[in-house]
Amino acid sequence: MQVLVLKGISKRFCDDQAEFQALSDISCVIHKGEIVCLMGPSGCGKSTVLRILSGLESSDSGTICGSDGDVFDPVHTAMVFQEHGLFPWLSVYDNIAYGLRMKVRKIPQKQIAQKVHDLLSLVHMEEFANVLPHQLSGGMKQRVAVARALAIEPEILLMDEPFSALDPFSRHELQDEVIRIRDTLGTTFFIVTHNPEEAVYLGDRIIILSKRPSSVRKEIEVSSPRPRDLAEPEMIHLVREVTGYVSSG
Amino acid sequence: MKRVLPILKGFAIPVFIIVIWQSLSMYIQNSFILPGWETIIPVLIHPAEPLFGGASLFQNSLISLQRVLYGFLLAVFIAVPLGLLCGWSKSAEDYVNPIIQILRPVPPIAWMPLAIAWFKIGFGSLLFIIFIGSFFPVFISTIEGMRSIRIRWLEVAQTLGATTLEKFKTVVIPGALPSIWTGLRLAFGVAWMCLVAAEMLPGTSAGLGYLIMFAYNLGQIQVIVAGMIVIGVIGIVSDSIFRIGQTRLFGWQGKE
Repeated sequence: MQVLVLKGISKRFCDDQAEFQALSDISCVIHKGEIVCLMGPSGCGKSTVLRILSGLESSDSGTICGSDGDVFDPVHTAMVFQEHGLFPWLSVYDNIAYGLRMKVRKIPQKQIAQKVHDLLSLVHMEEFANVLPHQLSGGMKQRVAVARALAIEPEILLMDEPFSALDPFSRHELQDEVIRIRDTLGTTFFIVTHNPEEAVYLGDRIIILSKRPSSVRKEIEVSSPRPRDLAEPEMIHLVREVTGYVSSG
Repeated sequence: MKRVLPILKGFAIPVFIIVIWQSLSMYIQNSFILPGWETIIPVLIHPAEPLFGGASLFQNSLISLQRVLYGFLLAVFIAVPLGLLCGWSKSAEDYVNPIIQILRPVPPIAWMPLAIAWFKIGFGSLLFIIFIGSFFPVFISTIEGMRSIRIRWLEVAQTLGATTLEKFKTVVIPGALPSIWTGLRLAFGVAWMCLVAAEMLPGTSAGLGYLIMFAYNLGQIQVIVAGMIVIGVIGIVSDSIFRIGQTRLFGWQGKE
């Protein structure tokens, strides 16, 4: 089932000095429960695509449709940023509960508590419910950020280079976490990354954008069974292929 | 020992000053220039005793504190909302900023003649001076606090479904609060200094500043020194309360 259909999305940015075309023609489809990685040369507007989907920016032209074929409402997305963006004055618990407490959701207090506890255990952070973010490691902060985004039950979880600021060990752990969450909750993931290994390890599909003004250059299906081993020849080959498409723009 | 040593170091200079003071006062033998500590200490250890047949040291301190608190709170209730408004709306800031910038460098005490003309001698004019003194630090640090809010926090709030009002309540206010708190701390210090100075002007009839001037007119220098010590102690205690509050409430600050 399609959850997201992008057709001919374009975006032009202008500031005082310059005006430039970031996205020229982005079209792609994302299916329910898929993990899709979005790659491309730096500055090609990968993050802009996510920001448009999340409602933080608007596109200049093109259409975005949801599962019912109507115009896609950004309410159905949640976003995880590179630098977690946790509210430093709120405990882990309150950070996760944040979205649930917004008026649009109309969720009773009791239900929120239950939900937050479920999420805390989903990301293995039960003991840290009352801790403030600055007391956590980078990997733990990002787990909380993921839980906070999952709390509002998004149809699609958008992630903007979510693990690139983490040490290799935490990064690997969180990548496995993403796969596990998809397998248990059926969440759809749309992940911007600049790391070809990450894309090959995580993605069911990899979408590669061209240089600015960008359009979709290549889509690669990754059908290898999980858990994947990046040391296998097939995987090494795939990483090389992806790297080639990204670096040649 | 490691924790005691810095405290001992802090006591060294005051003790040194007191010793020199005492020796000089014994040498000079003139209590109008340097009263001995044997006359200052009794004033301090009997704070409830009436001085010069009037209010005691304690009562005068209480009156001063009460005045400062009223003026300070009045300033906070006006400066914080106004600061939030100016931090939120560029247009509001454009209106308010020039007048604030012109008035800010005027020492609060310079308002005293106008304050007396408008509010008469006494509580009203003192309240006004304290208000002027504490308004600017609170107002400016509230705007500063709004500027320190990360755009990322607002974006996160928006993607999680926050309306503008919810963003204001759940991101802007908590995000700006540490800076506002710093403003309160500064403001209280300024207010305290302004008050004592204002109380020293002719026409007041109570408070620590008044007590000091009254003692001066009677040539009771030991009461002046005792009064100054009390002013200093109240200043340090109130500042510590704000400082402790800062670490308790905003431990997250600067650590994200």
